[in-house]
Amino acid sequence: MANGDSAPPLAIKLSAINKSFGDVHANRNVNLEVMSGHIHGIIGENGAGKSTLVSILYGFYSADSGQISINGQTTTIRSSADAIYKGIGMVHQHFMLVPNFSVLENVMLGHEGSLSIETGAKKARKVLNKLSQDFGLAVDPDMIVENLPVGLQQRVEILKALFRGAEILILDEPTGVLTPQETEQLFEILRALRKKGVTILLITHKLKEIIAITDDVSVMRGGEMVAHLETTRTSPAELAELMVGRKVLLEVDHTPATPGEPVLQAQDLCLTTMSGINQLKDISLVLRAGEIVGIAGVSGNGQSELLDVLSGITAPTSGFFQVGTSNITAQQPSNPARLRALGVAHVPEDRHKRGIILPFSAAESMILGFSGAHHQNSGWWLSPSRLEADCAKRMQDFDIRPPIPSLASANFSGGNQQKIVLAREISTQPKLLLVGQPTRGVDIGAIEFIHKQLIALRNAGCAILLISVELDEIMSLSDRILVMNNGQIVGELERDNADEKRLGLMMAGITTDEGVAISQRRVRS
Amino acid sequence: MADLWLQFLLTIDATLRVATPLILCAMAGIFSEKSGVIDISLEGKMLMSAFAAAAVAALTSSALVGLITAIGVSILLGLLHGLASITMRGNQVISGLAINILASGLTVTVGIAMFQQGGQTPNLARVERFRPIELPLAEHLGGVPFVGSIYREVVSGHNILVWIALTAVLFTAFILTRTRFGLRLRAVGEKPEALDSAGVSVTRTRYLALIIAGVLCGMAGAYLSTAHGSGFVREMTAGKGYIALAAMIFGKWQPRGALLACLLFGFLEAVASRLQGVEVPLIGEAPVDLILALPYLLTVILLAGFVGKAMPPRAIGEPYLKER
Repeated sequence: MANGDSAPPLAIKLSAINKSFGDVHANRNVNLEVMSGHIHGIIGENGAGKSTLVSILYGFYSADSGQISINGQTTTIRSSADAIYKGIGMVHQHFMLVPNFSVLENVMLGHEGSLSIETGAKKARKVLNKLSQDFGLAVDPDMIVENLPVGLQQRVEILKALFRGAEILILDEPTGVLTPQETEQLFEILRALRKKGVTILLITHKLKEIIAITDDVSVMRGGEMVAHLETTRTSPAELAELMVGRKVLLEVDHTPATPGEPVLQAQDLCLTTMSGINQLKDISLVLRAGEIVGIAGVSGNGQSELLDVLSGITAPTSGFFQVGTSNITAQQPSNPARLRALGVAHVPEDRHKRGIILPFSAAESMILGFSGAHHQNSGWWLSPSRLEADCAKRMQDFDIRPPIPSLASANFSGGNQQKIVLAREISTQPKLLLVGQPTRGVDIGAIEFIHKQLIALRNAGCAILLISVELDEIMSLSDRILVMNNGQIVGELERDNADEKRLGLMMAGITTDEGVAISQRRVRS
Repeated sequence: MADLWLQFLLTIDATLRVATPLILCAMAGIFSEKSGVIDISLEGKMLMSAFAAAAVAALTSSALVGLITAIGVSILLGLLHGLASITMRGNQVISGLAINILASGLTVTVGIAMFQQGGQTPNLARVERFRPIELPLAEHLGGVPFVGSIYREVVSGHNILVWIALTAVLFTAFILTRTRFGLRLRAVGEKPEALDSAGVSVTRTRYLALIIAGVLCGMAGAYLSTAHGSGFVREMTAGKGYIALAAMIFGKWQPRGALLACLLFGFLEAVASRLQGVEVPLIGEAPVDLILALPYLLTVILLAGFVGKAMPPRAIGEPYLKER
């Protein structure tokens, strides 16, 4: 990569890239210059056009207009094969790994080297071993990928790119599924790669990561590139403002809680699948009026199942929980409607699957589950005009844009869809709110609004159970934090004692001081 | 005792003959489904190629030309399935069903137009069919106890397509586990986006799989009308395509498992036809229908998860679309 020039060469240069999908102008005259051997961050909100841009660079889409040059050479990239050939590798947000293949087979796929697998495998194994040693990327080549933890799967993705000779590595939201410790390990790997001259393009919406690891940062907003900065000369506040286009409050105004009577009590809740997998193990917790309890954990450690059980969607296999005076057990299961009548509201994790119905109008999505309630209609008949009038009022209260009740739910942005769900659930003045990933795929402006609403609801005496994979969100909103790992609650921290490191170790299932020491040794070796 | 032994050998021999089209079709199904394309059109492809083989053999007096035509027809139908389900991203089950209906109607219509025999082709003469191959010394060695009789009754006397079917199992296993194409084929059925991002065309890989499936299915069809039978009879596949599909699922999408399932299903059919009208002590007349229903019952039991877990390729049935 070093080529005697005095000025460092540009690894990537994009000029005036345009790309539209129908009416949506996803990239508008985007320019980007990435220095060779640097870690370059691209930050922007969901829908800012980051993913489209790197998809163009990796040959998934072709740009409508514009120019791409790689290492000073103007090129066209028509396909992923083209991009790989030109030394570009990509680690996708959702891993591109065949789950039931071994690490070796995944690395080889598409670059087998010969018609017969065996000859190719022998060579690939050697290269893989060398790469593992050079970059500290140890993975057993014969492990089946689906049996590996997420952090290691990501390593396989990186190895795959390096195996194909990547000198430019694109990482699209790589830390979404990692614990803070795994993230730190990833950053170590990236630093090692940079040392060897690999150029890295890091796509993220997390300000902290940009500050932690990048040399340069570009900011995207609404399909346009709005700024290029040196990381050392900027700040999270400046970046956030550039991303959103206005000043934003990064920290929520959080006042100490005044917890009241217990609203929800769970005792030894267990959930076992038909095939015998324990998804929840002996979950016991108490939730009081007027407090927010956050549940931290790497996604897939039982949080979703806990929400399902507490909202009445799934019955527990054993144990019970109590809402008000009502007892719910395996023998006497409940259902979402009955729990709702007891004052339980639920903002589901996946709003597209469970929160709204995309083709329905906003007014219809706004009454899902409440179509029998008296204030909505008169008995059997739904009155469209009343529904829409009611919806319009709530759209105003929750600043839902565009404020058109008859518009299909699918046509609202992620943030506004989430506000529709929240408006519906909060409107019943619940005693208990179960909320999963309240700000997933939601823009910063809406995040601010949603967080304020949750705090206001708490102050009004509602008990809130908050489940989120965004550790920052958990830490800034919760009064108490429970940590889940492998279906169990492995620890509890008061708001003031919670820091990222302690939470991270607990999320990885390490709770004792001894465990902390062991894990640190592992990281070092 | 000797008679019972001979009866047993004859049943095994019949098993092989009955199982041959099932084996070819099941291997075709493995190629198609491993690539992520549901293939219920096995039935239609086999029926259409059975007709093509018999019709062309009758016209050209050559079984070989008939076979080649059958393979061509079956590939074309496979490509049609591909066009509908891969390129146009249609529903694979509906596309397959359409091909089955098309084959069922078209064979009869064209058959009547060509031969005026109510949808049948003329009875084929010796040269127009694949004849049994008597292996050397079969008659002489037949006298050797045990081994000799197996050699004469079971091993010898099969036509070339039976041998091809057995070889196809080895071929399928080899391609799937030992070759580059096999690796990609398995990947595209599990996670097409992984293959795409590795720079290999999903579309091309799936079409190739369908073409190979077409070749195998074509041979199965030709076997029915020009080797096992001597001419085409309307609806002569009689659900064999579906049984092959069931065998493939019973064999958990693995060549070896599918082979064993085909042999089991073939054996049941052979037993059923041997027991036709036979009085069995205590039971009375042999429950032939029950025996014939066993393959389906077994498949349902398997699918319900009682005999280990049948894991279909994860991306099966889903047209591949690059996400926005």
